[in-house]
Amino acid sequence: MVSTFQNYTRYLVIVLFALFLAACETVPKESATSTTSSSTTTAAVEILDGVYVGSDTIEMLAVDVPDRIFFAYDSYSLTIAAQNTLEKQAKWLKANGSATIAIEGHADERGTREYNLALGDRRANAAKDYLMTQGISSSRVTTISFGKERPVSSGSNKKAWAQNRRAVTVRTN
Amino acid sequence: MKKLLLYVFIAFNFSSISFAIIEIDITEGNREPIPLAISEFFHDNNSEIIDKKITENIRTVISDDLKRSGLFSTIDDKAFIQNNRAMHLKPRFADWRLIKAQGLLTGELSIEDDRLRVEFRLWDTFAEKEIEGLVLITTIDNWRRISHMIADKIYERLTGEEGYFDTRIVYVAEEGPKNKRIKKLAIMDQDGANHKFLTSGKELVLTPRFNPVRQEITYLSYFKNLPRVYLLNIQTGIQEVVGDFPGMTFAPRFSPDGGKIIMSLAREGNSDLYVMDLTTRIVERLTDSPAIDTSPSYSPDGKKITFNSDRGGSQQIYVMDSNGRNQKRISKEGGNYATPVWSPRGDLIAFTKFFQGQYFIGVMRTDGSGERLLTENWYQEAPSWSSNGRVLIFYRETKANDAGDGHSSSIWSIDLTGFNEREIITPVDASDPSWSKLIQ
Repeated sequence: MVSTFQNYTRYLVIVLFALFLAACETVPKESATSTTSSSTTTAAVEILDGVYVGSDTIEMLAVDVPDRIFFAYDSYSLTIAAQNTLEKQAKWLKANGSATIAIEGHADERGTREYNLALGDRRANAAKDYLMTQGISSSRVTTISFGKERPVSSGSNKKAWAQNRRAVTVRTN
Repeated sequence: MKKLLLYVFIAFNFSSISFAIIEIDITEGNREPIPLAISEFFHDNNSEIIDKKITENIRTVISDDLKRSGLFSTIDDKAFIQNNRAMHLKPRFADWRLIKAQGLLTGELSIEDDRLRVEFRLWDTFAEKEIEGLVLITTIDNWRRISHMIADKIYERLTGEEGYFDTRIVYVAEEGPKNKRIKKLAIMDQDGANHKFLTSGKELVLTPRFNPVRQEITYLSYFKNLPRVYLLNIQTGIQEVVGDFPGMTFAPRFSPDGGKIIMSLAREGNSDLYVMDLTTRIVERLTDSPAIDTSPSYSPDGKKITFNSDRGGSQQIYVMDSNGRNQKRISKEGGNYATPVWSPRGDLIAFTKFFQGQYFIGVMRTDGSGERLLTENWYQEAPSWSSNGRVLIFYRETKANDAGDGHSSSIWSIDLTGFNEREIITPVDASDPSWSKLIQ
């Protein structure tokens, strides 16, 4: 009885102390400390080798067919996850033989505008090429680069950049 | 754009110019601005057509141009000892020296046959002589251009370099949140006056550039979701697509004679450089590498082209002959380089550099030596030269917070010396500036 009570008080004290610390941390330097620390924690989970692996921004072309793939900084190579997504898209395109698509290539805000237009074009075409290796006719797929002009996330941080480095498949018919 | 009818002739003899004392070597770094007294231009009371505002505004436009150059300061007219019409004929130089004016501008306005006649004289107060003088005649509503031309004459006389005030800037006006940005082409005088939007914002437009000889702009438009290089005639407003290319064309720039457009064409994930003759419509391919080749810019003699490529594994600056031969990398310090632009004087290439998370605007010689970084910031790019090759404009962005707020974009100018950095005020956010040559 006594020991439980002591444990309980100790626990309460720790909780209160933790709350006190948290209050101290967040109140004085609101945007500076708290947001950086929270974005680094989420970044650790949602970004792998510089590529976004979360699901926040993804929309579905059909059930279990994600519409987009993500890239590392200044890269257009397809990760295993990107290939898996494109394979699902290819399967869906085969099942829907009349569907045509556009692949939109995007870059993050770092890097010059003109170079990013070329990089977006590279990314869209990397996705298109992979769909073609899966047996999809090139006549069903158009590509367009938006460079850094159409970010999905407006922040200037690692997570936003990773979410913006993408190729998005959009149905055109 | 109204056609300017203008008669310019030298009105006075100014012998022994070489004795002038106020002359500036603008290749020096930071220096004290030369103090000038810019007096109000006198006119006859019977010239009622001359708005009192015009006389004051002419003086303001001239003063502001000269002050913005960073090379001159102007003395408050409350300090003026002599302030009467006689000074336009014969200033009391001692009075002007006493208030520390090294140069004095005087002028007279009149109306002749419904036209505005502006006569000005620039005096060297130490050498006690007139060192420049002109009469300019134009329509009354052209007073602003006349003022810029007078400022150009003063700048030219005192620095030995061509002025750059009678020029315009075309840029991309930006509005709305980052993920739904609306972009329009806009044009204004270099001092921000006569601002005008050229497109509606319905289509995404990027990277406008002036034709160096015609009232024409080339730019990228996403009209009908097909990103292509377009031409816009500023006088007629007529837009047309440039060529018939099988993919996105982008990063356009005119040749120095205005007759050709050089640009990137993206095909199947690869961007190479092409040039199109605007008269014959003949297209020539200039580069053929599996890498990204973009942001081309001609040397002023048209014989060379500098461009951006990542063929060596990172973005660097290259130079080649204008037929595509002899491609070689010139950037050699650490970091990545982009948007090379050849100086109108031919001796330098301005660029954007990114290094350790920061962005720089800098210049290097055309062989890549003598690199100088002029300004550093979180994000900035796309330098464009003043017509005399002494000033660069570029755009700068501020960082957004994690909620996506706080982002903005604006145009800045900086002297080749790295001094005199200033924001160019625009009605809304601004990017992709391009600076015209002196208006013909």
